[in-house]
Amino acid sequence: MSATNVAPTGTDDPGSRQLLRRISKSVAGGNPFADAALSALVAFGLFAALIGLRTDSGPVGLVLTPRPWALAGWVGAVFLVRLLVLLWRQRTRPAQAYAENRRLAEGLAHLSRLLAPALLLLALALPSFADRSYLDLGVLVLTYVMLGWGLNVVVGLAGLLDLGYVAFYAVGAYTYAIFSTQFGLGFWTCLPLAGALAALWGVMLGFPVLRLRGDYLAIVTLAFGEIIRILLINWASLTGGPNGISGIPRPTLFGLRFDASGGPDTFAGYFGLEYSPTQRAVFLYYVILALALLTNWFTLRLRRVALGRAWEALREDEIACRSLGINVTATKLTAFAIGATFGGFAGAFFATRAAFVSPESFTFIESAIVLAVVVLGGLGSQFGVVLSALVMIGGLEMLRNALSELASGGYLGPLGALVPDPGQYRMLIFGLALVVVMVLRPRGLVSGRTPSVALGRRREISAELVAEGRG
Amino acid sequence: MVAYALQQLINGVTLGMIYGLIAVGYTMVYGIIGMINFAHGDVFMIGAFLSLISLTLLGAFGLTFVPLALALTLVLAVALAALYGWTLERVAYRPLRGSFRLAPLISAIGMSIVLQQYIQIAQGAKNKPILPPLPGGLRLMESDGLVVQVTWTRLLIVVVTLAVLGAFTWLVSATPLGRAMRACEQDTKMAALLGINVDRTISFTFVIGAALAAVAGFMFLLNYGVIDFFIGFVAGVKAFTAAVLGGIGSLPGAVLGGLLIGLIETFWSAYFSVEYKDVAAFSILILVLIFMPTGLLGRKDVEKV
Repeated sequence: MSATNVAPTGTDDPGSRQLLRRISKSVAGGNPFADAALSALVAFGLFAALIGLRTDSGPVGLVLTPRPWALAGWVGAVFLVRLLVLLWRQRTRPAQAYAENRRLAEGLAHLSRLLAPALLLLALALPSFADRSYLDLGVLVLTYVMLGWGLNVVVGLAGLLDLGYVAFYAVGAYTYAIFSTQFGLGFWTCLPLAGALAALWGVMLGFPVLRLRGDYLAIVTLAFGEIIRILLINWASLTGGPNGISGIPRPTLFGLRFDASGGPDTFAGYFGLEYSPTQRAVFLYYVILALALLTNWFTLRLRRVALGRAWEALREDEIACRSLGINVTATKLTAFAIGATFGGFAGAFFATRAAFVSPESFTFIESAIVLAVVVLGGLGSQFGVVLSALVMIGGLEMLRNALSELASGGYLGPLGALVPDPGQYRMLIFGLALVVVMVLRPRGLVSGRTPSVALGRRREISAELVAEGRG
Repeated sequence: MVAYALQQLINGVTLGMIYGLIAVGYTMVYGIIGMINFAHGDVFMIGAFLSLISLTLLGAFGLTFVPLALALTLVLAVALAALYGWTLERVAYRPLRGSFRLAPLISAIGMSIVLQQYIQIAQGAKNKPILPPLPGGLRLMESDGLVVQVTWTRLLIVVVTLAVLGAFTWLVSATPLGRAMRACEQDTKMAALLGINVDRTISFTFVIGAALAAVAGFMFLLNYGVIDFFIGFVAGVKAFTAAVLGGIGSLPGAVLGGLLIGLIETFWSAYFSVEYKDVAAFSILILVLIFMPTGLLGRKDVEKV
């Protein structure tokens, strides 16, 4: 891990050197308890002021409330986590860990072959047995799956880290919002428009920044995303400013509306059904499912043609690509444009589902969530995006519901107040997940890759054998 | 008219010094390990919060002698923020050396979110105002009913920044540690072969960067009197812009870039529109990266196969 670690240059005083050696021995050498205690000490230093003392507004200025128990809890948590990590690391040797890693990757690859169709069936059948709240959760998860798949084209396949992906989501959402409320256009007319406008913005962003290196590009896309958001806030005559646009019309099914009026031009009236709000929820669910599957299908097909292969080659080595005559500009631009198109579609869907858009929905945090979904799943892996969206979006939401049920249901009596609200910790978990995944499994959950095109049988390639590659 | 411009100049220089101090941390880390420490802006925010808590605590203990309280606060904030910088590198970046290209940046983004959310959970999402510890200032001139004044706080900011930057320049140019840092910046592998402990040097770089960011956070708190958990994001992007404008990797360039960004932002808000002041900074970032990627004082980056 630390390839450049060379023996420390001497500390001059032999006494201090010995002390240093003893400390480093107890740290790196054997005793995990000493190491964990040291970590806890550092944690105490970090947390003492910021967790141990909470500032609240008082009558004059701020007042401090000491919170020794919260501090003890956090320090204790650091101690325990560090201890468990060390004990686990002692148990497994590197070779063994490597083998385990491979087994896990291969297992997941096998699993994905079985699990993907099963999940698809489940997704198709979900409205037949799930109630309203699960449908809404399904729509939320699918929206992130779609965004993840769209971003995957840019980050996972082409290797361009885009931190402003939410800008395209916003362009799509505002396109539909503005065109439908100002010009009365319907959802299905606006959907391609939203995609096209987002793609246009993608090219406009992509064109000037093509020459930039990976991390410069990331910062520029971030700045671009922020500029779009500030524009949305301040261009009030078009976007409604911070209040956003409300009253956005819902989508129709071949002209049939989903509302309670019961006329022949509504879904319930045309088919002679009893009106229920679930009908619209089911319809929206299938719309986003279809959009997501379209994204997936398109991406999978694209990866087999020259353009898709050029993306992956570009991610691995740009200079080699150029020397082989690949048009780097066009390749990068199409990646931006196609990723942005899917973002625009998802944005239009977001606008029609919520019937309301405002700049608050398009902050950097949203970009970070989508990035986390992609990174956790394994950059470039389509199935990985589904898994991580299910776990990170769906799982967390269900945990939150379960815990708030537990807290408010009175099952625990007075202890109910102690149950944490995971909503508060949601982004903390996302951030930690980004770090932990990068440190432990930099290639994400699904890390092996199958070549997009192969001579003879297509075989899984271990993640260790490719420089950047996944998927 | 002149008075207004002069006042803006004073405001801009103060703001620019804060950006410059943060930018130094970006540029140092980029120079040595070639990554954008995305969480650096949040270390600045942590420094501001540490200062806030320390000032409140000292006030609660009845310490009324303001210079002593400020000095103690500065020392405490710098020391603890340095610990944050060290931990950050140790936990989130060191295990990733030699990993794939985007890994450290993604980890840094994760860490930035973690620090923000951590402060939000620990200290709440509300604005934290303080009473100004150094009221009043130096009146320079008065014209058309407009008083141009340098507040004591601003004067303190300029003095402290110059002192800190002086000490920092001495550290980099005249101590063994600074020599090791410069060696690592030129060629990490060669430095390692010559017996420099690269890991430790990188750790020190993060510690120093965090310390400077904490000084900036302390001064931000004094100057504006109100902070929240989100200040690190925008300040971080602007300081990064400053580092890029000055030429990333160049330490004087970072300070110069910071001053320029501070002045541009202040004059932009004074004469054009406050709403779009962030757009001004972000546009500069994009324009500089596209047309002048080496910045004002930077070296040309040669791409090798």
